[in-house]
Amino acid sequence: MITSNPFAELSALIPPAVMQAYVVLMVLLVIGGTLLDVMHKKSAKYFFEKGQSLKKIAKREVNGGQKIGLAVQTLTNEVLTSSEFDNPERRVSHLFTMYGFIVFVVTTAILIFGLPAAEGEGSALTALLWHAGALSICIGGYWFWLKIRADVRSEGHEWYDVHQSDLFIVSLLLMATFALIWSLLQAAGGGVLAGIAFVVFIVAATTLFSTVLWSKFAHMFFKPAAAFQKKVAVADGSRDKLPEIPELTDPEVKQKYPDIPEYMGDNPPYMGLGIKREAPSHY
Amino acid sequence: MPTFVYMTRCDGCGQCVDICPSDIMHIDPKVRRAYNIEPNMCWECYSCVKACPHNAIDVRGYADFAPLGHSVRVRRDEEKGVIAWRIIFRNGEKDMNLLAPITTKPWGKHIPKLADVPAPSAEMRDSQLLFNEPKYIRFDDGGLHTLESAGLKLQSGVYN
Repeated sequence: MITSNPFAELSALIPPAVMQAYVVLMVLLVIGGTLLDVMHKKSAKYFFEKGQSLKKIAKREVNGGQKIGLAVQTLTNEVLTSSEFDNPERRVSHLFTMYGFIVFVVTTAILIFGLPAAEGEGSALTALLWHAGALSICIGGYWFWLKIRADVRSEGHEWYDVHQSDLFIVSLLLMATFALIWSLLQAAGGGVLAGIAFVVFIVAATTLFSTVLWSKFAHMFFKPAAAFQKKVAVADGSRDKLPEIPELTDPEVKQKYPDIPEYMGDNPPYMGLGIKREAPSHY
Repeated sequence: MPTFVYMTRCDGCGQCVDICPSDIMHIDPKVRRAYNIEPNMCWECYSCVKACPHNAIDVRGYADFAPLGHSVRVRRDEEKGVIAWRIIFRNGEKDMNLLAPITTKPWGKHIPKLADVPAPSAEMRDSQLLFNEPKYIRFDDGGLHTLESAGLKLQSGVYN
């Protein structure tokens, strides 16, 4: 059941060419929506102007090789492991959702574009990954939606309060959930329920990929840009106008800031986590 | 000027909402980022600016310590127990760094917890003294503390 290509059975009703055209259309909608989003929010202009203003107070030049190194670091830390999240729950839920989404989208394309050949046994692993991807989106997404949604506790919103800002997460969750339901119902014999599940799956997927301008979808493009700029600001010494916190045992620091050895001693102890001892959950 | 939030930095974690003494830092229900719901009520205490783990909150400093157009940014390193400030003037050339201790003892280990202190009696509740008010300002605990009782003497003029 979970190792069979759900689109193979569907190809009896909808020609593979139509499904392939749909996938291409969704890709084009995402590209177009992202470009419109960049123009509307002026995010590219913002990053460029911010980069220029930080360059003026930079203390050293960052060369091309170092920038490539920083880009690789951004990719391995912020992009691949979501390291920008301080809250470990949010980080793990984001990783489930992100990797689930990537696997789901890639395997959908492989399953649909390999359709004439996929009727045999060859696509078992891809189909398995397609189901695992959808399940992973559901695990991460429902965890976020029901437990750690950023404003649930502060604003007293219940899980069924849906706003325009939820366009991305709700359409993503509906897409993954109904993809799984449709696949399971179809394997169990199809019928009207499978048809309804398929319609919800397609409506949710179309909503997800066609509303980039209004949803949070574009965050996957501008978040890495912001993380990269932050790393460049540290490397060139401008630090985004933030102060540097030096090593307190350094003799030069002690001389420049005599309050440190006077009040904290020559070897200041480790002071612990401070307000980070408690997660911000009671606001 | 009251606090404002850089949307590209904020991830809606809620530290500022938690710490704001005026309860005016909220999470925007639409974009899920923190924002100041009532700038008129912000007394610029910098609590949220210091608490933000992403340094996503800023305020404009007053003109009495640097000409307007400057940048004043702060980082609070609790594990090291210090706070660092950086003030850059609008000409971009005057760039000042300051560093100061904020604690001399590990957090949460040497400060008595209110839960450990006996609850105030009815008499204490009716008294004009505040609950657990420090003893050194009370007349009934060893008399009024003065320079004389501390063995000090008032000197005239400027002295070290």
